Amino acid sequence: MLQVRVIPSLLLKDNKLVKSIKFKKHKYIGDPINAIKIFNDKEVDELVFLDISASKSGKGPNFKLLNEIASECFMPLAYGGGINSLNHIEKILKLGFEKIILNYAAAVNPTLINEASKEFGSSTLVVSIDVKKNLFNKNRVFVLNGSKSTNKDPIDYAKEMQERGAGEILLNSVERDGTMEGYDLDLIGKMTNVLQIPLVACGGAGKLDDFKLAISSGASAVSAGSVFVFKGPNRAVLINYPSIKDLENLFR
Amino acid sequence: MVVIVDYGMGNLNSIKNMLKKIGHSSIISSEVEEIEKAGKVILPGVGSFDAAMMNIKRRNLFDVLNYKASDEKVPLLGICLGMQLLTNSSEEGEEKGFGWINADTIKFENKNGEILKVPHMGWNRIKFDPSSLLFQGLDEATKFYFVHSYYVKCHSQKNSLAKTQYGLDFDSIINNDNIYGTQFHPEKSHKYGMQLLKNFMNL
Repeated sequence: MLQVRVIPSLLLKDNKLVKSIKFKKHKYIGDPINAIKIFNDKEVDELVFLDISASKSGKGPNFKLLNEIASECFMPLAYGGGINSLNHIEKILKLGFEKIILNYAAAVNPTLINEASKEFGSSTLVVSIDVKKNLFNKNRVFVLNGSKSTNKDPIDYAKEMQERGAGEILLNSVERDGTMEGYDLDLIGKMTNVLQIPLVACGGAGKLDDFKLAISSGASAVSAGSVFVFKGPNRAVLINYPSIKDLENLFR
Repeated sequence: MVVIVDYGMGNLNSIKNMLKKIGHSSIISSEVEEIEKAGKVILPGVGSFDAAMMNIKRRNLFDVLNYKASDEKVPLLGICLGMQLLTNSSEEGEEKGFGWINADTIKFENKNGEILKVPHMGWNRIKFDPSSLLFQGLDEATKFYFVHSYYVKCHSQKNSLAKTQYGLDFDSIINNDNIYGTQFHPEKSHKYGMQLLKNFMNL
């Protein structure tokens, strides 16, 4: 049987590892290479790195750091942040990452998804969708760390990205990020109803049971940040990951 | 020296990185002269079947690979699409494969109304015969990372070293003499993949 993928999602900001609450209040977690070594030792299923400063600053991906990460990790790796060309994608794949996460570029230049899926295959392409409610309480796709609305409905947008050639959707919730109050199960359910490609749920996980709920709502895999970097009510930094046994019992 | 064949497709550095971690230097090459000298060959691959075979031919690598595999019989490992290229053909395209292993590559299909998510992506187990040298040090907890939309079906069970269940039982490790193929990515499969690559390097 295929195992459910449980994916720590790590945020890089100015080359430091941070964790946000609602895409703000970034708390320093540590040195990325150090953290990655620990996750590697814990045999995590997959890792997601998102450089949240790369698009906004216009600096683009830090290839040197990505190369260091790829040399330490013997697991599937996904990277997002500041990627805006086929050339960027090719470079990152060559370093040893197998998945490319597009967020801002997908929103402003969606034909990049068509071109990239033709060139590199759709299973390497993940479109990440950050969802936030607008003033009229409607779900909308936001970009640039949740600061700018595209005015697009997330379900229509996910469908469009699937048609353009995305191989996977990483669905995140700005309002739930870092709150540890659970995933947006309603949106996961509605979105997976219209998708044939896998959806990775992100944003809000606070306990193992949340993973299970996301999967039963239709997600193919789950991702989380806080759960894997904090311990206890005071959010002390402690990198952790459930044992294979715990995960197998959870999804049995 | 082990040569990782570069035919313009696939995640070559992660294989090199893992080999380095287990103490083997390797070169990534698309040069006929370098491949000619190889003591072992790794054939990686991500992408589509036809594009891969055409790239191999365009770079004049077909004959040298055939020579290494069939005449010189050096240990050769095909990974993911690289394994599918070892077979006769693929439903993904029109090109012929190397045909070193009597098998074909087939598309995953929905069965009995059950919708099978394709690609088969994630960690899965293998059922294997532990007597093969390739499985030294690996036990039932062994799992590997897969990403593929087509699977390999051997025509003779003697060429199937391991099976994996996804919709059906497909051949996840194939072998004929000096030629091996893994449908999964050992270079992305933590200590399990590391052990398997170690075993391959010891062949």
